[in-house]
Amino acid sequence: MNFSVLQFPASNCDQDAVYAVRLLGHSARLVWHKDASLGDTDAVIVPGGFSYGDYLRCGAIARFSPVMQAVKQFADQGGLVLGVCNGFQVLTEAGLLPGALIRNRDLQFHCEFIHLKTVTADSPFTSRIPAAKALRVPIAHGEGCYFADEATLAQLQAGNQILWQYCDAGGNVTDAANPNGALQNIAGICNERRNVAGLMPHPERACESLLGSDDGRWVFESMLAALKEPALAASH
Amino acid sequence: MKAKIIITPKKAVLDPQGKTVQNALAQMGYTGVTGVHIGKYIEIDLAPGTDPAAAHKALNEAAHRLLSNPVIEDYRLEIE
Repeated sequence: MNFSVLQFPASNCDQDAVYAVRLLGHSARLVWHKDASLGDTDAVIVPGGFSYGDYLRCGAIARFSPVMQAVKQFADQGGLVLGVCNGFQVLTEAGLLPGALIRNRDLQFHCEFIHLKTVTADSPFTSRIPAAKALRVPIAHGEGCYFADEATLAQLQAGNQILWQYCDAGGNVTDAANPNGALQNIAGICNERRNVAGLMPHPERACESLLGSDDGRWVFESMLAALKEPALAASH
Repeated sequence: MKAKIIITPKKAVLDPQGKTVQNALAQMGYTGVTGVHIGKYIEIDLAPGTDPAAAHKALNEAAHRLLSNPVIEDYRLEIE
């Protein structure tokens, strides 16, 4: 499979994402933010970083880059798009995912390992994650507090669009396990069609045990499984 | 000619900066402060002779699309 990993000025997890995809035996290439086309691609990763210096708001300027028009088209056609950290912020700013990411409630930048509960296996991003397994993956953000108004939250729940919640090592979703104040401990969501997802934690930084955890692989394994069985990805 | 855009967090949105400043003010002895909300101020220079009505319309659109995020922020636009 061919993954496209976007590269904005000040992206800094782009190489990690490329590395993770190649580690799983697939090909990944970087796509510059000024490119108006993605080329031949099976899936897109919008990586973490501080695109455009996080000026104005995180992701606010990146969303207007030429490549994001191509990503929007790709998503409209049902293509798989995963946004990680700043990539999640970019996708919310672009309107491809609902809600917004705001300043962590304690105003601090959090760089640490956390645990994730996978809320549903019913998505191309979670289908291969072992049930009841709390994924151990790192976070590194200052503005990762997920916010959406009540109506949007209700829609997310009704549509089973909340994919991951922060939890403790035992899988319990508690306030103490919430690193940033995100509503309902939300760490990651998908769109209604289930082909676009975003999360604040970094699965691409947890793809081999040398890095402290390889739990992040399951996210990419799920995407690869969906790509191999297009019916899975397009079932919604 | 200038446009001024004042952006504030929506009431329902957590504003930890505002809360922290409010606590600091209380500790300093400034009583009677019941809320602090921290936003942004953007000043835009407009070419002389710009039609205020047209500028208002264009900047309203810009404020909605780029300068503010309607999910979490409100804005006020003034042209003078």
